[in-house]
Amino acid sequence: MDQFTLNLLVVGASFALYIGIAIWARAGSTSEFYAANRGVHPVLNGMATAADWMSAASFISMAGIIAFVGYDNSTYLMGWTGGYVLLALLLAPYLRKFGRFTVPDFIGDRFYSQTARIVAVIALLVISITYVIGQMAGAGVAFSRFLEVSSSTGLWIASGVVFCYAVLGGMKGITYTQVAQYCVLIVAYTIPAIFISLQLTGSFLPQIGLFSADSSGTPLLAHLDGLLTDLGFRTYTEHHANTLDMVLFTMALMIGTAGLPHVIIRFFTVPKVSDARASAGWALVFIALLYTVAPAVGAMARLNIINTIYPNGVAGETSLAYADQPQWMTNWINTGLLGFEDKNGDGMIQYYNDANAPAIAAERGWAGNELTNFNRDILVLANPEIANLPGWVVALIAAGGLAAALSTAAGLLLAISSAVSHDLIKSVMNPGISEKGEMLAARISMAVAILIATLLGLNPPGFAAQVVAIAFGLAAASLFPTIMMGIFSKTMNSTGAVAGMLTGLVVEMVYIFTYLGWFFIPGTNTLPNTADNWLFGIQPASFGVVAAVLNFIVAYVVLAMTKPAPKEIQELVESIRVPRGAGAAQSH
Amino acid sequence: MSDKSASAYWAANIRLITICLVIWALVSFGFGILLRPLLSGIAIGGTDLGFWFAQQGSILTFIVLIFFYAARMNAIDRDFGVNE
Repeated sequence: MDQFTLNLLVVGASFALYIGIAIWARAGSTSEFYAANRGVHPVLNGMATAADWMSAASFISMAGIIAFVGYDNSTYLMGWTGGYVLLALLLAPYLRKFGRFTVPDFIGDRFYSQTARIVAVIALLVISITYVIGQMAGAGVAFSRFLEVSSSTGLWIASGVVFCYAVLGGMKGITYTQVAQYCVLIVAYTIPAIFISLQLTGSFLPQIGLFSADSSGTPLLAHLDGLLTDLGFRTYTEHHANTLDMVLFTMALMIGTAGLPHVIIRFFTVPKVSDARASAGWALVFIALLYTVAPAVGAMARLNIINTIYPNGVAGETSLAYADQPQWMTNWINTGLLGFEDKNGDGMIQYYNDANAPAIAAERGWAGNELTNFNRDILVLANPEIANLPGWVVALIAAGGLAAALSTAAGLLLAISSAVSHDLIKSVMNPGISEKGEMLAARISMAVAILIATLLGLNPPGFAAQVVAIAFGLAAASLFPTIMMGIFSKTMNSTGAVAGMLTGLVVEMVYIFTYLGWFFIPGTNTLPNTADNWLFGIQPASFGVVAAVLNFIVAYVVLAMTKPAPKEIQELVESIRVPRGAGAAQSH
Repeated sequence: MSDKSASAYWAANIRLITICLVIWALVSFGFGILLRPLLSGIAIGGTDLGFWFAQQGSILTFIVLIFFYAARMNAIDRDFGVNE
């Protein structure tokens, strides 16, 4: 059987599984559509949260982003896990006690203001749509490879599949399908990693293999550092980046995690407040299974790529001939996501840093780096092929990547549709809307969101993980501070909260659009997106922390000038601080 | 719940949160980034302890922290009689 058929079979089987579960558990009423029946066990909820959380950014993109930079991009690992500590300690139990379905519901009721609710809906839409762009970009890469089409065709196929998938089921369908998707994605991610770790270091666990010696007898990381230095690249393990930006970037991902509406929504579905705390822990256990493997995947793939291009070692006279290119290179070149150019016409590939050319470059007549295009998002998908693993492993990773992208896209679309139909239409514009009308509005808003994300995903403002990081910057700047003040300050009033939220959101959006293009439309950016142009070297996603601080400051300054929240709201805040008496969630 | 025990309950919670967040910041921003030079003498598999914390150790600590917090909070809930 050829690889293409095998891919179709494995991916097809995984889809049949998800669709089967979605039909079996189809949502009947609106309350089931948003939050199932609250009967979800913390371990299962944790697993579903992990699938919801680990998107194309984590699965397809993150290891590639780490592989090509090394230590400096550990920020993704710490940031996207550390946020769960904040969720478990600062938000989840109180939001569960409050007992509403959505984040705008909480903000609107806690700050007794329709304006606050509307601003929260706007923030949620901006965050979620940015996030979906990243998912679409990642899913497009996965489809383009396994269906062997161009990356833009892959993207349109992805958007069609996501649409059918998300519109079919509600949260309940999604919760159980997401458990299945977690299983598929974690198996798909770890199996190739275990194989590669065994090949390179003889260690079964990639987490140990990363710090073990490889066949050369030196530790794998030291070996990699040595090869990279020989080729003029920066070392893998050392700290090169701007420290301030690293700290802020990690912080933005952490507090962004705790402000993400589609993650928070999951903690409304557990039966008890104590379960909300435990759910966050279980989610992190399942997330850590992938996150502790990812850095090993990154380092080992970088080493394998160098070894593939220099089969006789970097010091060897010859490198890989174009005529001998392995099949995976040809496959990925066809998608347009990988590119070579024989600049010196010697028929061999040279991969090195031509901005800091090593001495051997001149000695051997190298005329520039010939690996001209390597989309970071292909690394994880290509990884099993790079390591010469069997065909079924290659097919499995395609299924896993799609599971990751689809599960998150579905969760985000649910958050988008509930914000529009429930928080905007039902609560603000037309309270008398029928259940049927509400469901219809939910589905139309999903379709519109997918369309916008697909159009912008054709020329995404970065690799999948970078786009998603921007969504986190936005969540950090807008929703996180407001939810925090809603729980930890009894007196914070509606004027303060609205002023703070607007400041955080607008400041972060302006900063992002200045460098990445207005509304992410390519070519419309005011300044080039490079470190020299950033304020104090702070990249757009990291700036979310600065905007979050402004959010807090503005809110407290306005509070000082206006009347504190009324007595009944202060009593409400006291009641959400105590677990006892948490009933079922209500719509109003 | 009386006002007095409500504020004592909240104070106990805040104290526990503070302890956990100090450890949370120490293993990530501390050992993983800012304090890495201090740990550079401790070699681990071709690199140093700070690198390990940035790519493995911080994540493992986060898991322990959440379950520690959940268990301690359940005990505090029972002590104050506010458990479900």
